[in-house]
Amino acid sequence: MKLKLLAPVAALAFVVACESTPDQSGAATGAGQATGPRPGSQEDLVANVGDRVFFDFDRYNIRGDQRPTLERQAAWLRQHSAVVVQIAGHADERGTREYNLALGQRRADSARDTLVALGVAPARISTISYGKDRPIALGSNEEAWAQNRVAITSVR
Amino acid sequence: MTDRLLTDRHYEALEALSFGRRGLLAGLAAVAALGLPGTSRAQGPVIDITRARTDPMPIAIPDFAGAQPHGAQIAQVITANLARSGLFRPIDRRAFLQEAPDATPRFADWRAIGAQALVTGKVDQQGDRLRVEFRLWDVLPGNQLQGTAFTTSVPNWRRIAHICSDAIYERLLGEKGYFDTRIVYVAESGPRDRRVKRLAIMDQDGENHRFLTDGQWLALTPRFHPSVNQVAFMSFFRNEPRVYLLDVDSGRQSLLGNFPGMTLSPRFSPDGNSVLLSAIRGGNANIYLVDLRTRRERQLTSTGALDVSPCFSPDGQQIVFNSDRGGNQQLYVMNADGSNVRRISFGQGRYATPVWSPRGDLIAFTRIAGGTFAIGVMRPDGSGERILSEGFQMEGPTFAPNGRVLAFFRETPARDARGTGYSARLASIDITGFNERALATPTDASDPAWSPLIP
Repeated sequence: MKLKLLAPVAALAFVVACESTPDQSGAATGAGQATGPRPGSQEDLVANVGDRVFFDFDRYNIRGDQRPTLERQAAWLRQHSAVVVQIAGHADERGTREYNLALGQRRADSARDTLVALGVAPARISTISYGKDRPIALGSNEEAWAQNRVAITSVR
Repeated sequence: MTDRLLTDRHYEALEALSFGRRGLLAGLAAVAALGLPGTSRAQGPVIDITRARTDPMPIAIPDFAGAQPHGAQIAQVITANLARSGLFRPIDRRAFLQEAPDATPRFADWRAIGAQALVTGKVDQQGDRLRVEFRLWDVLPGNQLQGTAFTTSVPNWRRIAHICSDAIYERLLGEKGYFDTRIVYVAESGPRDRRVKRLAIMDQDGENHRFLTDGQWLALTPRFHPSVNQVAFMSFFRNEPRVYLLDVDSGRQSLLGNFPGMTLSPRFSPDGNSVLLSAIRGGNANIYLVDLRTRRERQLTSTGALDVSPCFSPDGQQIVFNSDRGGNQQLYVMNADGSNVRRISFGQGRYATPVWSPRGDLIAFTRIAGGTFAIGVMRPDGSGERILSEGFQMEGPTFAPNGRVLAFFRETPARDARGTGYSARLASIDITGFNERALATPTDASDPAWSPLIP
């Protein structure tokens, strides 16, 4: 049950983050925005765009509720055209090591393909999979597993 | 008596049977087959090991006479090997009525303590060389079943003990042993999200342990070349996960193949001339065969699916692998050229990590069903599925070379959000599902691969 709850909560967090984006960029183009992440940085991506998309168990398709995050990432990448990113795919621990390495790669590829379809040049995006071998959440429960079924975009 | 027996040896046969070519066993020079009157393979106690549970055979293994501490140490290693197999019950040495017999044993003394079989030996040290004589006796009639002498360099004494253990196992059980073998695995340390995973190698009893990689990059899924001196594995070297070959003695690593994306799940062919692996292109994982002499790649599957964990049958004619082409992970078998693919797993749940028994009769696998992981075996046509062990998470079965014992790894769940309590450890189990035991390692451990008998 927790599993089903978490993803919407995470998505909601990103929506909130997204809503704040216009304010922040407006302030940045104005003057005196001394604090806050540097535009185009990893911190900017995390705080104002959302750096990760979540997947269902044993699936690699981009869920409808996760697509807005990739749309924001694509817009952000168009805005910061010098930025190069890597997408790392992960899987929860409830699978075998080799299969999960392949599944994590597929998740990273799904996220990349979506960004490319949204107009980002393929050469700006590399991918890697860590399978279940570099978990984000360290617990052994549904909540942790949901966080580990993920593709995370990071600035290179 | 000993003199009579020892002068009876055949030096010719001794030279012809020499062990240990090349580095792994530098200097294990000679094996003497002591042909003795009255020795016959048809005689002697034999354990019926076809049943799921069997009464272990009581066996006495007193210290070998002669040079110490090697005489006592060799007896201890043999005792530990045979006890771990679950098929022998070494008798407590405190019950022995005769110590370190170096002549014909007093059989009445061994019958009195219930020994069915008796192992005796003698060690001579000449400089840096050991000469080890070993004899196996059927206690009731007082017959010698086997007599062998080995000459080797002193640091190799453990291998002599393992080779003696294999000889005892084979003579009394009627099938090859698995003690003169090694295990390569992934040694794990540190917190879960920054875990160091490095390759390590050890004898099957955990001795002679050493690390093969330094831990700077994730190293996963090692598998032995039939020669036991090379390992194929996956490394995240420079954050580009690929299959590499590693020379065990020199530590030298080399990239295998010329693939643009991730390669994973390597497995040598039985002849050692090629490697099966999965390569990811366009979001799909397909199986390739890389010829080690020409370095040419040949694509064996081409589906819009994840085909991983391929493994040859011991005759090299077929390949088993797992694929989600049917919607979720199941086991498939195909001919070695990629033709005639058929699904073999139809039970409840997902099936993964298939490995073909060296005997050819079984395929071991990981099954994930109902939130539980299990290690099981089935026949190559998918019939006769049996689950051997179940738990929170376990995977990666690997057969001992005689096909009777499997190693795998078991994980314990984290108790909290910091990952406290998570661990991974190696275990072994008989293919009957009996005699599950922990394989001791210095740190957490995963992905064991059991070597063939050392050539």
